[in-house]
Amino acid sequence: MTVATRVIACLDVDAGRVVKGVNFANLRDAGDPVELARSYDAQGIDELTFLDVTASSGRRETTYDVVRRTAEQVFIPLTVGGGVRTVADVDALLRAGADKVGVNTAAIARPELIAEIADRFGAQVLVLSADVRRRRGPDGQALGGFVMTTHGGQVAVDLDAVQWCARAAELGAGEILLNSMDADGTKDGFDLELIAAVRAEVAIPVIASGGAGAVEHFAPAVRAGADAVLAASVFHFGELTVAAVKAALRADGVEVR
Amino acid sequence: MSASVVVLDYGSGNVRSAVRALERVGARVELTAAADAVLAADGLVVPGVGNFHACMAGLRAVNGPYLIDRRLAGSRPVLGVCVGMQVLFDGSTEPSTGPSEPGLGEWPGTVTRLDAPVVPHMGWSPVRPGAGSRLFAGVEDQRFYFVHSYAVQQWSLEVTEAFAAVAPVVTWATHGSDFVAAVENGPLTATQFHPEKSGDAGAHLLENWVRSL
Repeated sequence: MTVATRVIACLDVDAGRVVKGVNFANLRDAGDPVELARSYDAQGIDELTFLDVTASSGRRETTYDVVRRTAEQVFIPLTVGGGVRTVADVDALLRAGADKVGVNTAAIARPELIAEIADRFGAQVLVLSADVRRRRGPDGQALGGFVMTTHGGQVAVDLDAVQWCARAAELGAGEILLNSMDADGTKDGFDLELIAAVRAEVAIPVIASGGAGAVEHFAPAVRAGADAVLAASVFHFGELTVAAVKAALRADGVEVR
Repeated sequence: MSASVVVLDYGSGNVRSAVRALERVGARVELTAAADAVLAADGLVVPGVGNFHACMAGLRAVNGPYLIDRRLAGSRPVLGVCVGMQVLFDGSTEPSTGPSEPGLGEWPGTVTRLDAPVVPHMGWSPVRPGAGSRLFAGVEDQRFYFVHSYAVQQWSLEVTEAFAAVAPVVTWATHGSDFVAAVENGPLTATQFHPEKSGDAGAHLLENWVRSL
């Protein structure tokens, strides 16, 4: 017996409220991230990720308050990402009660940020959040390989995704949240080729994200090299339960908690 | 009267969860580095995340080594968590961006990098509690949350027959190779994993410790 494959739920939080609605029958307030976090904890989730999509910087304090209240009530690991640009942002989130912090666009703009965060707080707090697309030509034809995107997949940057993940690991990232923007929302399954390509180049944990639609989708992601699997809307809307996903993984020979 | 616990405040990462997790199992908790409070508490928790040498430097800055020594000299319980456990050994091979710091040397051994295909070891792993463990009573078969790249992989304390009755209880886990996941040694207890992040199993373990105070 060794480390269990983690099943992670991701919540998008805007100004302290969960967006992309959540549809649990027994919630008093389906928009309250703290209550949702408690519910997921009770369902046996292994870890939680909050993605702060708050646009205005003046609302940051609201996010810190949500993190604070969550950390006081939920005793499993909590990662917070979205809009993290500086070492001071990381410090504020850790002080509020985050265990790990996701960094995306700011690290692409300035890769040294990864080393600065790792040196100050340790590699284990830094999750490199990689929003990846398959490389395509002007007519949409597949060119092979993967590129990075920023701003929630809106902007493609001329940066090979697999090379970027490898470089981030060298600079001190502790983990990679590998999100396929092609698979995201399709419910057709994870991008296994992407997972395998990154796994072959990095020796830090890889979280597979994007595309989960059925319980059978998770074990192939683990066999492709993922150490953890993440889903959002399929959990929020009750299409899949944490218990059913874990049962399917277990039936497929994957160790789960 | 519930037990009083001080979580040593020396600027180490997320300590809010540790404070709340201890409160949840009935302790009265204070986050401080004030010497009188640290020495007076029924139990002291030494947290720690990040770099070994940075943690040692932070501990020294609040006179932590002296406070821990004074407590142990009086058989006053101390619980080290994660790097707060690692600093109880002789030292670490982890690179330092500042001065290289020795550990507290409460137990012999060096903290070394895990040898596994994927490092950090991040996630929920089972443990193998040592015989007679009281810390793991009731949660022997549970998984706990680990996040670390370094660990003590060789336990080298020799216990002579005369001291067998007070020999440390050593709990092991495996990531690539075997490493020390917890030690129970009189007033001194330590876990490489994070009980405050290990859900109900972690709460049960903390409750075992708080009840022993």
